[in-house]
Amino acid sequence: MRISTVKTLAAIAAAICTLAALPAHAGKTLDGIKAKGMVTCGVNTGLAGFGAADSAGKWSGLDVDVCRAIAAATLGDAEKVKYVPLNAQQRFTALQSGEIDVLSRNTTFTLTRDASLGLHDTVVTYYDGQGFMVPVKSKLKSAKQLKGQTVCVQSGTTTEKNLTDYSKANGLAIKPVVFEQLEAAENAYFTGRCIAYTTDASGLASTRNKVAKVPADHVILPELISKEPLGPMVRRGDDEWFAVVKWVIYGLIEAEEYGITQGNVDSLKTSSTDPVVKRILGTGEDSGKLLGLDKDWMARAIKATGNYGEIFERNVGPKSALGLPRGLNNQWNKGGLMYAYPVR
Amino acid sequence: MRRIFWRGPPGSLGFPLKRLRVINAMKADTPPPHKNRWSWRSQAFRGIVYQALALAVIAFVAWFLAHNTLLNMRERGIQSGFDFMLQSAGFDIGESLYPFDSEESYLSAFLVGVSNTLRVAVVGIVLSTLLGTLLGVGRFSRNALVRGLCVSYVEAFRNIPVLLQLLMWYVILTEVLPSSDAAWKLGDFFLSKGGLNFPIPVWAVGQLWAAIGLGLGVVGVLLYRRWARRQFEATGRLRSAFWVPVVILIASSLAGWALGGAPTELNRPIRGEFSIEHGGALTPEFLAVLIGLTLYTAAFIAEVVRGGIASVPRGQGEAASALGLSHQQEMRLVMLPQALRVIIPPLTNQYLNLTKNSSLAVAIGYPDVVSIANTALNQTGRAVECISIVMLVYLTTSLGTSLLMGWYNSRSAIKER
Repeated sequence: MRISTVKTLAAIAAAICTLAALPAHAGKTLDGIKAKGMVTCGVNTGLAGFGAADSAGKWSGLDVDVCRAIAAATLGDAEKVKYVPLNAQQRFTALQSGEIDVLSRNTTFTLTRDASLGLHDTVVTYYDGQGFMVPVKSKLKSAKQLKGQTVCVQSGTTTEKNLTDYSKANGLAIKPVVFEQLEAAENAYFTGRCIAYTTDASGLASTRNKVAKVPADHVILPELISKEPLGPMVRRGDDEWFAVVKWVIYGLIEAEEYGITQGNVDSLKTSSTDPVVKRILGTGEDSGKLLGLDKDWMARAIKATGNYGEIFERNVGPKSALGLPRGLNNQWNKGGLMYAYPVR
Repeated sequence: MRRIFWRGPPGSLGFPLKRLRVINAMKADTPPPHKNRWSWRSQAFRGIVYQALALAVIAFVAWFLAHNTLLNMRERGIQSGFDFMLQSAGFDIGESLYPFDSEESYLSAFLVGVSNTLRVAVVGIVLSTLLGTLLGVGRFSRNALVRGLCVSYVEAFRNIPVLLQLLMWYVILTEVLPSSDAAWKLGDFFLSKGGLNFPIPVWAVGQLWAAIGLGLGVVGVLLYRRWARRQFEATGRLRSAFWVPVVILIASSLAGWALGGAPTELNRPIRGEFSIEHGGALTPEFLAVLIGLTLYTAAFIAEVVRGGIASVPRGQGEAASALGLSHQQEMRLVMLPQALRVIIPPLTNQYLNLTKNSSLAVAIGYPDVVSIANTALNQTGRAVECISIVMLVYLTTSLGTSLLMGWYNSRSAIKER
């Protein structure tokens, strides 16, 4: 009996020593992805147009397409993505701990997040701003009329602080009712607990058109009270992976600029003489090699998801259920802010 | 096998010689040698070694976890530390016991969260104790309907997860109740999706006088009870133990209020454009958490009370009847005081559960300490720090409750003379 106690203690000690010897560094993300044949992507728990699963469990949305493009570029198959639905609070911890490879979950880039969480902002995939949604029957016309009112908001977002800033700057004394889950915040608004619901304007459109029983009963107020550049984030300490994610997105944006689409990517591959197009599609210089990928990386990504413009139109654009205008998210030469670094 | 680990105490000759001695002793069939206190054969000594070893392992695991976490965080460029607690929080809190401004520090924000948690916990503990005691006593009623109702209440409420109950009450409060423009009105009380709005007295000097009057009333009641007990012991005459104190309390506070100029001004809630404005308010979040936790915990307290009463020997009740006490008096004067000794320890458990369950309030948007910590965590990214603060808060409140109940328990325990 006593001998077994000693043995147990020895075993525990041995186990602890093994644990202690484990390296803190997880190794290169890209190698890991290639080894397991899967990109693990953190997405929203359910925000139509950005990241949501349908009844068959198939994920779609702008953020999801970014994951798919990354998988296509790195693994050659856009389906090789493991989606990890995360709420606002879990997302950074999941990325920090290495549970996910990339966080593509309508996340705002801010200084605090970039500089203190051990994370890197990559490239903005959607320029947004925070707005308010109110019931039409409230007859509210401006956010400035929300004096002393309750506003529903999801915790763990930049939204919470923006709301306070706006309330303070305009002397509104808005009372926030803070929910952990997106669904709970939306529900509280729809049951009438709060006079208004606030989040990024794109999120409002998604909630209004996908969750509200009658979308026309709700109106989004004209004020945008903040800048919300949304995009994927990666962990610090793996510059190669940071570069891969960054350049896949730049590639998608530049593909739109140079007219490479899901439909014509194959034909352009053989026919195009434009050096920029040839570089993107890997028929000219081998741009993939520098990233640790093969030369077809971008061609596969475009083939899988289409260029940035197509992704936008399909998921959130004017003809989609969300019906968001292109606005700031148009190409730089068409009055928008989408300005991709050259793939060269 | 185990001797391998034993090198012998400093100054001893080590085990081979010792072993030889033992073997020799056995061979010679002489009584065993004098037991060395520092010997491995001494059970007490082995006990100490094992305990020291276990403690060392635990300390090592704790150190390793903390060290590795810090190391990993530093390596990944994640900032850590509690310095953020003094920075400006920058977010508003929907409801608090006292005014909070978003420019105050994270520390103040946390304190608001703690006060909100305690508010629900304290009120919930009082209400669930009252309700639970009634239900528990009701199980011994001679009325079958009352008994049946108490049984079904307990079975229904304790067998549904408390989170579901909270969500249910929240849905009822926000979905079923009318919106503020059609709020149910009873006098100056409004009930709507915005919660319960009620008039509150406007603070004036008169209220201070009333409070002083109330304080004097409490002193008066204490003196009266002392006098009543002496009277009872001297003459055997029972004085009213309920109505006279109530009258004293009301009269003294009314007197104070009248002395202070009898201020009657009330801050009445009125129907605003989008909500009920002014007056006091209880939000639906607070009400849902309070109702949910109270009803859930009351079911458990009812069982605790029932168990306590059932533990009092039957003869006690019969003796009380033989003395001519009514059923009510028998319960109040004989059964409950004896049951209390059995009830208190498990009751403490229920209080702790209620306090800890209040952390579920975050699901329905009540700004308790968990909710505040969540927000702080997300604004600052200090996950480990914020979670440890929450753990510390619950640990402190729970230990505090335990201490208080322990003191009460020792007070009500049978004094052995």
